[in-house]
Amino acid sequence: MAVLERSYKRYTGALSPEWSRFLIIPRHAFRDVFRSKLFTGFYALSFMAPLVFAILIYLRHNTEALAIMRLNVVNVLPIDATFFLTFVEIQGWIGFFLALLVGPQQVARDLTNNGLPLYLCRPFSRSEYVVGKMSIVILLLSTITWVPGLILFLLQSYLEGWSWFSQNIPIASAIFLGSLVWILLLALLTQTISAWVKWRLAASAGLIGLFFIPSVFAAILNEMLATHWGNLLSLGSLIRNVWAGLFGTFVQQVGQVQQVRRGEIIREAWVTEPPLWASWLVLFLICALCLWLLSRKVKAYEVVK
Amino acid sequence: MTLDATVTSSHLNDSAGVITLDNLSVTFGGRPILKNLNGDLRGRAIGLLGPNGAGKTTLIHTLLGFHQPSAGTARILGSDIRGDANQIKSLIGYMPERDSFISKMSCIHFVRFMAELSGLPPRAALERAHEALFFVGLGEARYRNVDTFSLGMKQLAKLAQAIVHGPRLIFLDEPTNGLDPPARQRMIKMIREIRDSGQANIVLSSHLLRDVEECCEEILILKDGRLVVYCNLEEERKANKKFLMLETRGDLKSFVAGIGSMGCECAMTSDHRLKIILQDGTKIRDLYKLAAGSQVQIRRLTYKRDSLEDIFLKAMENGIVSEARP
Repeated sequence: MAVLERSYKRYTGALSPEWSRFLIIPRHAFRDVFRSKLFTGFYALSFMAPLVFAILIYLRHNTEALAIMRLNVVNVLPIDATFFLTFVEIQGWIGFFLALLVGPQQVARDLTNNGLPLYLCRPFSRSEYVVGKMSIVILLLSTITWVPGLILFLLQSYLEGWSWFSQNIPIASAIFLGSLVWILLLALLTQTISAWVKWRLAASAGLIGLFFIPSVFAAILNEMLATHWGNLLSLGSLIRNVWAGLFGTFVQQVGQVQQVRRGEIIREAWVTEPPLWASWLVLFLICALCLWLLSRKVKAYEVVK
Repeated sequence: MTLDATVTSSHLNDSAGVITLDNLSVTFGGRPILKNLNGDLRGRAIGLLGPNGAGKTTLIHTLLGFHQPSAGTARILGSDIRGDANQIKSLIGYMPERDSFISKMSCIHFVRFMAELSGLPPRAALERAHEALFFVGLGEARYRNVDTFSLGMKQLAKLAQAIVHGPRLIFLDEPTNGLDPPARQRMIKMIREIRDSGQANIVLSSHLLRDVEECCEEILILKDGRLVVYCNLEEERKANKKFLMLETRGDLKSFVAGIGSMGCECAMTSDHRLKIILQDGTKIRDLYKLAAGSQVQIRRLTYKRDSLEDIFLKAMENGIVSEARP
């Protein structure tokens, strides 16, 4: 089949490896995504925090610079688990907004334009399709979360020495795992909403609602029942607990409640966060639900009964 | 690591039919849509016919792996649809009936993307995408966004994505839907070119008999989810030997009267031409004997060939008859 010959000819050349075909989707999607100047600008801005953190690490080890600027950040800003937890939290929430810009249109577009039969009539399975679509968010968010996080960790290790690196390996794994859990959750949620809500704006609003409306309910529930178990409804609280658990800063007892009558304390109780495993469990259940919902929607054709 | 398409297809059984249906049944929500289809389809171009709702599209979707058979199975180019779905998909191309696109892509980008999903490396995919678009006649419009295409151009783009990876079997589901006469002619011409190249087999689903008649050598007619006819179109056309056309010389009065006494229907279309419908049991030899007795020369005797419409209508009638039987 040559341009000039204009005749049909079978393809007999080499084929790409089957395992790598899901990566075709993000490769082509990025071309479209980075066409938007707004997105590209926002993506560039998301590297500001890693830059600031890198400067802080550098300053902490540069006594001459500190002396010139008459700063004493050595004691004020320790480079420890909390430092990296803060980094993961900041980048995680920036990642949320990036996912909000990229995610909701991915599956919705294909469903609106009946594109799914075109994918699935090829040697390309439904799971490869879902993984391909998710990897758009996963790859994009990785570049602003755990990749710069680990670079910061290596920078600190380089400046502090081998002993610091060997003592703080769990921080590196917490950066990677904590970011990955968040990215996976965002990727699954955006794709699921995208599959069920075809209108992009509604899908974006749905994603925001999914994060903020349950948090309001959780706050009301906590207030009414004097508990923190309502946090299991809030995705933000769940991921914060998971991050804190991974960085070793999770505290279960968060406050004390006293019931006072006529100036006398008649009941005293500790308000506790739900155990860490409960947060993991709820996140796991949310991911499983997303996968189930995706499997119901990602089909070449829907059979109308 | 790369795979070679020739290696992938080499272990396919060439002696097997293009499509083999083996008691294939499909049920949706307890309602049978395809009922025990059997057949060994071998033609270069197979027309899939049937009234609306007969199960044509469901059959194609099942062969493509979109629906699971509730019973039985089918084999495409020797591979079972239940077990070798991925291998089958690497050998087929599909042009869907409805508008199907990836939005916000130029046509060349769209076709290239589809080629890559079929397993072609990026460079080869781009090259083949250009070739496919020139082949279907969208060469000049290939950098335009697909969303801006007219209906006819969209149909051509769908054909391009179906053939870009050079499949061995191409499913075309209502390819001429919504096309004006010149665009339809162009589409039919391309389908025939692909067929005549001998590089790919074609399954053409349509309810437009003319399309099938112009493109296909074999036809498969479905009715209510059952296979009512699978035949070679040319042989089936010749199979009706009851309708004769005679060109004669001599006085036809006694000859026509004799034909009437044999119980056959007869009509004179001109002085020397007759149309005869033979009754069961009447033989051509009897006609010649009668002609000799009536001093009439039979200069030419031809069978009227059935049109596809005749075959289709007959199949529909027979289907009704067979359904009425206990």
